Amino acid sequence: MDYFLQQLINGLSLGAIYGLIAIGYTMVYGIIGMINFAHGEIYMIGSFVALITFLAIGALGITWVPLALLVMLLASMLFTSVYGWTVERIAYRPLRSSPRLAPLISAIGMSIFLQNYIQLLQGARSKPLQPILPGNLTLMDGAVSVSYVRLATIVITLVLMVGFTMLINRTSLGRAQRACEQDKKMAGLLGVNVDRVISLTFVMGAALAAVAGMMVLLIYGVIDFYIGFLAGVKSFTAAVLGGVGSLPGAMLGGVVIGLIEAFWSGYVGSEWKDVATFSILVLVLIFRPTGLLGRPEIEKV
Amino acid sequence: MSRSMSRSGSRFRGNLLRFGISLAALVPTAAAADVKLGLAGPVTGQYASFMEQMRRGADLAVADLNAAGGINGEKVVLQVADDACDPKQAVAVANRFVADGVQAVVGHFCSSSTIPASSVYAEAGLVIVTPASTNPTITERGLTNMFRVCGRDDQAAGVAAKQIVSRDLGRTIAIVHDKSTYGQGIAEGVRAELAQQDRNVVLFEGITQGERDFSSLVARLRALNVDVVFFGGYHTEAGLLVRQASEQGLKARFVAGDGLATTEFASIAGPASDGVMFTFYPDPRVNAGTADLVQRFRSAGFEPEGFTLYTYAAVKVLADAAKAAKTMKGDKLADALRAGTYHTVLGDIRFDRKGDPNSEPFVLYAWNNGTYAPLK
Repeated sequence: MDYFLQQLINGLSLGAIYGLIAIGYTMVYGIIGMINFAHGEIYMIGSFVALITFLAIGALGITWVPLALLVMLLASMLFTSVYGWTVERIAYRPLRSSPRLAPLISAIGMSIFLQNYIQLLQGARSKPLQPILPGNLTLMDGAVSVSYVRLATIVITLVLMVGFTMLINRTSLGRAQRACEQDKKMAGLLGVNVDRVISLTFVMGAALAAVAGMMVLLIYGVIDFYIGFLAGVKSFTAAVLGGVGSLPGAMLGGVVIGLIEAFWSGYVGSEWKDVATFSILVLVLIFRPTGLLGRPEIEKV
Repeated sequence: MSRSMSRSGSRFRGNLLRFGISLAALVPTAAAADVKLGLAGPVTGQYASFMEQMRRGADLAVADLNAAGGINGEKVVLQVADDACDPKQAVAVANRFVADGVQAVVGHFCSSSTIPASSVYAEAGLVIVTPASTNPTITERGLTNMFRVCGRDDQAAGVAAKQIVSRDLGRTIAIVHDKSTYGQGIAEGVRAELAQQDRNVVLFEGITQGERDFSSLVARLRALNVDVVFFGGYHTEAGLLVRQASEQGLKARFVAGDGLATTEFASIAGPASDGVMFTFYPDPRVNAGTADLVQRFRSAGFEPEGFTLYTYAAVKVLADAAKAAKTMKGDKLADALRAGTYHTVLGDIRFDRKGDPNSEPFVLYAWNNGTYAPLK
């Protein structure tokens, strides 16, 4: 039981990270119908900005941890949003009316560019961060042990997901986003600034990826220019599993993948973990081609 | 180094060989009065610092030889060539050595260069002694001209397993590897050796390179109550694993291979790196009787670290064998190398039939406070 609980918490915290990144994929897909393959790199940049900010404020002599974390989070979200906005502006907007394949290639190119850009700027070596928030919560006489950072990740993810769902469902920006998702041309005719809405969608996705990047930095304490690739693939899978275009779906997909990975490596072995994940993805897509929470696409006439 | 082996230049070798032979006919051979030794390695590229070590070692060894009258009364000259750790370039270098009348070779550095180059030397009848290439394949191809003064990767596994047993680190052992040629190879070696020693390996598992999260694996190791974890792989995954294990309160000793011999491991693992052990080449600088030589390097402004003394020893072994054989001819020289015991800065070396040294090639090191030192 304690072992099960331990793996459950491991899986949830892993899944929360996947979910946070997956939301970025799913929002962009929902609105312009394109997979933003550079999103994993945006997340990687988020964790680099967080690390650089931490070192900078450490050099300024600020040692009060809550303040340091807050500054890290804000700086990371801010800078990463600018990257998200810029990527959309230079790599996707000029291609918006092109055939679908063109922005896809552009996205892959952007991903490679950002990766190499960080590698050149920051070097290829792994960047370590000593534990800022040490300490574990232990349950059941120490049989279950989970670090506070992991717990915080789960909580922050839940809060952000609720917040963003409300933003989409309750605010005028959210209404504009849903309008663009249904019919960009019509939304434009009715006075919605489509370009601005799309830009803001990229900014929001990037900000969430920055949160994920910072949490990963805090949990694992090591980042390098290549972390975006694997995380991007897993999170994209999470978005597809949950149903591309659905926010709660992305979260659910992330958690499901996190749990599969944790339980598979916990009870079977780390060896075939990814095979298990993708087999379940295939099974789900056979029976529900639009993913767990995706709505079937209605052909517009 | 050894781990970078795998790419093969054999497709190009045939052509280059023919080219080399035609060159040999054109270029006049060196003045007969000198003994020409070739030194090949990565003068350029990311491993260039290792070639600097080899070159310093060889230069001083040749200077010492000539001061003592050379080989069989003839002056020794060193011809240096750059293979850039590229198998194709290594073959070109080998052909040029043969064409230039080089009589024996010290090198190369990367196993992936040593392997194709040594085939060229074998056909030309030259002896090659490598101070640095550790891939097992090098001496497993039945070549009679191939020798090395360093250890083999598979010996590292044996040493690690024996040390786990002899230091009695624990009864319940888990083995984790990163599925790379190097990592899985050394992990399987450790498992085989532990099986012979009748130790209980409760888990043998591969992880994915590039993975960050090992919390599930750590929870499993905790549930299995392992005392010792052997990790076959490189410093990044090892550092993350060790760090997460300590965060989750896993009380096991970690042992690994030479993939951890970089300070990057300690910066990733943080304080958790203290006490992590790994196998690595013994440092000849601490050997009895090398103090004078080490001092001479230092007074010339060079710290004889890494492969410096290995290269010094390789040149000395070749020279001593040539004196014993009274010739530089390949087959006689190789027989002499296999027959004798050679006193070097690495200790006394005897070669086996395959050309591997008999010495204990790896020792156990441990991390402490961000640096590593041999364990007593």
